[in-house]
Amino acid sequence: MLMELAFAIEVLIAGLLSGVMYSLVALGFVLIFKASGVFNFAQGAMVLFAALTFVRILEMGVNFWLAVAIALAVMILLAIIIERVMLRPLVAQPVIILFMATIGLNYFLEGLAQGIWDSQVHGLDIGIPDVPWMSVLESTNILISLFDVWSAVICGILVLLLAFFFQKGRIGRALRAVADDNQAAMSVGIPLQLIWAIVWAAAGLVALVAGTLWGQRLGVQFSISLVALKALPVLILGGFNSIAGAIIGGLIIGATEKLAEVYLGPIIGGGIESWSAYFIAMLFLIFRPQGLFGEEIIERV
Amino acid sequence: MLYRETGQFKTSYKGDMAIFTIRQDRWALIAVLVFVVIGVPLIASQHVIAGYLVPFLIWSLAAIGLNILTGYTGQLSLGHGAFMAVGAYSAYNLASRVPELPIILVFLLAGLIAAVFGILVGSPSLRIKGFYLAVATLAAQFFVEWVFATYPWFVGGAASMVIDTPPMDIFGYRISSHLDNYYLVAGFVVVGALFAKNLVRSEIGRAWMAIRDMDVAAEVIGIRPLYTKLSAFAVSSFYGGVAGALYAFCYVKSVDFTAFDLFVSLKVLFMVIIGGMGSILGCFLGAAFIVILPIVLNEIAHLFAGQVPSALLTNLEHMIFGGLIIFFLIVEPHGLARLWTTMKEKLRLWPFPH
Amino acid sequence: MTEQQAGSVVLSFDNVSISFGAVTALSGVSFEIQEHEIVAIIGPNGAGKTTALNVINGVYEPTGGTISYKGEVRKRMRPHQAAVQGIARTFQNVALFKGMSTLDNIMTGRNLKMKSNLLMQGLYWGPAQREEIEHRQVVEKIIDFLEIESVRKTTVGRLPFGLQKRVELGRALAAEPEILLLDEPMAGMNLEEKQDMCRFILDVNDDLGTTIVLIEHDMSVVMDISDRVIVLDYGRKISEGSPDVVRGDQKVIDAYLGVTH
Repeated sequence: MLMELAFAIEVLIAGLLSGVMYSLVALGFVLIFKASGVFNFAQGAMVLFAALTFVRILEMGVNFWLAVAIALAVMILLAIIIERVMLRPLVAQPVIILFMATIGLNYFLEGLAQGIWDSQVHGLDIGIPDVPWMSVLESTNILISLFDVWSAVICGILVLLLAFFFQKGRIGRALRAVADDNQAAMSVGIPLQLIWAIVWAAAGLVALVAGTLWGQRLGVQFSISLVALKALPVLILGGFNSIAGAIIGGLIIGATEKLAEVYLGPIIGGGIESWSAYFIAMLFLIFRPQGLFGEEIIERV
Repeated sequence: MLYRETGQFKTSYKGDMAIFTIRQDRWALIAVLVFVVIGVPLIASQHVIAGYLVPFLIWSLAAIGLNILTGYTGQLSLGHGAFMAVGAYSAYNLASRVPELPIILVFLLAGLIAAVFGILVGSPSLRIKGFYLAVATLAAQFFVEWVFATYPWFVGGAASMVIDTPPMDIFGYRISSHLDNYYLVAGFVVVGALFAKNLVRSEIGRAWMAIRDMDVAAEVIGIRPLYTKLSAFAVSSFYGGVAGALYAFCYVKSVDFTAFDLFVSLKVLFMVIIGGMGSILGCFLGAAFIVILPIVLNEIAHLFAGQVPSALLTNLEHMIFGGLIIFFLIVEPHGLARLWTTMKEKLRLWPFPH
Repeated sequence: MTEQQAGSVVLSFDNVSISFGAVTALSGVSFEIQEHEIVAIIGPNGAGKTTALNVINGVYEPTGGTISYKGEVRKRMRPHQAAVQGIARTFQNVALFKGMSTLDNIMTGRNLKMKSNLLMQGLYWGPAQREEIEHRQVVEKIIDFLEIESVRKTTVGRLPFGLQKRVELGRALAAEPEILLLDEPMAGMNLEEKQDMCRFILDVNDDLGTTIVLIEHDMSVVMDISDRVIVLDYGRKISEGSPDVVRGDQKVIDAYLGVTH
């Protein structure tokens, strides 16, 4: 009984820790959604692009922190190019057109990432060992991966920094204005283009961190781009435009997904993590269509 | 012969409400039909028929389905591949478990099963909208992939999880050659396209578009939102299901769950957007574009074969594909069908545009 | 349906209230609408006029009070039920289906009366075709009446605002309503267009006997065409009566001049 309980706690903690990563990726989506009303399908390709860039620079023998800086600079540059070439000409178009463009971007970036670098699996070691946290294991008999803890800490810090940055101060105010009505925001002198470049750069930063952490686990390869699909249920749960929703939603999805995988999976056939999170989010949505923190929308006619 | 409506006076509303009101359009349609039936087998090689025309027609049918849902009713779906999968697997199970069923009935039933599934997927659409609904359809996509990857019952117990479609007979005639397959597919597509064209210009089509353009106002004049959205989901997934069944039976003959993955859903969505949302003709144009583009890219790639590593070529293809999509959306966000209409408008007035 | 006597009450509000969060849009409003009359609801901006229409045709659910329609008390109905029961509506900012033609927009007003099923419509066969043509004839009459023949096949998104208002009226008329709710039918129009619109409204009222409830800011229009005027201010009814009575009411004058309460 005690063993089972310990195991359940292990599963729960592992779920929560991976949930922090989902929160981070979801935050990348939320920022772009707030700024342009569109969900960025290319987030997964950005994760792949960022991680590949980073690992290849590292393989050239460049110092770790310098490689981080270079990869980050590349992602910022990419954000600026995307804003100039793709978003600016599409500014007055319906969101579905913008959304389709991000799918096009997804193809483009996948090709670009693997074209410039390659499509091999690259091992990545950022110096965090994937071993059990011994002191916890000895005292409580609960197995927690030290890597999970560290990556949750890193993601958590980044989430808080981004949330703070985009909620307070001038950038936060501008983002809120743009989220409300981007035409009106432009008319009072908020530089929409700059805001777009900034949120895409932030999404690039998110992609770099998520790609690096997942890359250490799985190796840097095509499949890490799928982390973006993991974050979508978080968005349904938390609301596409809620920063707080992304954070809490990530934790809920991470935990329930792991629990479902361990306890429900064996009963109905395993491998359910590809859709279980979506179902959890959908169930939630049926009872609360505006998401965790969304306000009820009053339709005006 | 000028493209003109001058002199073609409509003396009845019946005339004005015919499916193609301008005589030249009707002739063009008849010409296309004649070409489909007689012209194609004369000029196209076996390779072109089996490799390009059959998939083009099947994708057009799938695109009509998605266009009804997304283009006409305004409900964004990322799960069209799932409807196709349900259609394909249903047709397989019907045909192999009940061999007495005529194959055309099998396809129609498969479409109906897909339609029922579509209604299930669409049922939250009254409460959730826009991208939330899109993600919900994504859930259906992943769920269906998982079901067909996990339960051997759906593939008749094959351990490989692959289905090999049984042979097809129509009134004792065995569908065997590429041309037979082509005629079967073309038959479904022609009837399907005309049926869809009729739907979108009738009461139900107006209700769909009303929901798309302004759902509150639609409800106020008496259009039931749930019924209207679900009917769009049903019709859309019916088309998707039939297209999926044709894809499995008449094109690839052997499929597993990866044949209808997320990227298939995206591909059909591309066809709809590039062809033109809210246009049946656009579905054909979009499908042609998406089917031909990789072939052209591939041909170009062949020119460089040997000089450039093949992995790089594949990646370049992806980049060009993605880049063209973006370029296209920037240049003509209303799709190829809009270009076509604009051209026709000009032709109608030519040579005196003012 | 039995013919109701002219002058009998068709719709009544009894102490109706509605609030959104902390904002009270209507509080304890009571009034009656009689058959065949033209009633204007007036009041300063934010008085709750549009909200009153939204409650009548079921877009909003009142938080208090009851509504009776044709003698039947109801708490809430969906907008589509309201349409079935004969309530049609136009909107302040024009809620047309922007991607559809004038003809198709007005045809949607006939949707409730069309009975053929999906299969028959898809085949465009027999009854389905006859039905389409039958309703098209009705719609063409409306198009003639509103003098919008020339834009019959134009996408409404491309029409000027004044014409859009007419198309929207046409769509509402196509449903052959018993009560027609018009939300600022003349907003943004020039004098000539306003005169046309007044004529349409009076004709509809005279010829078809449709009861009309309208919101309008142009006082000369209101005084000219309405049989009765209801004045709202801050969600309360402050006056009601014939145009002349209301015009002389001190409370109404205060509300419009902004005298503090």
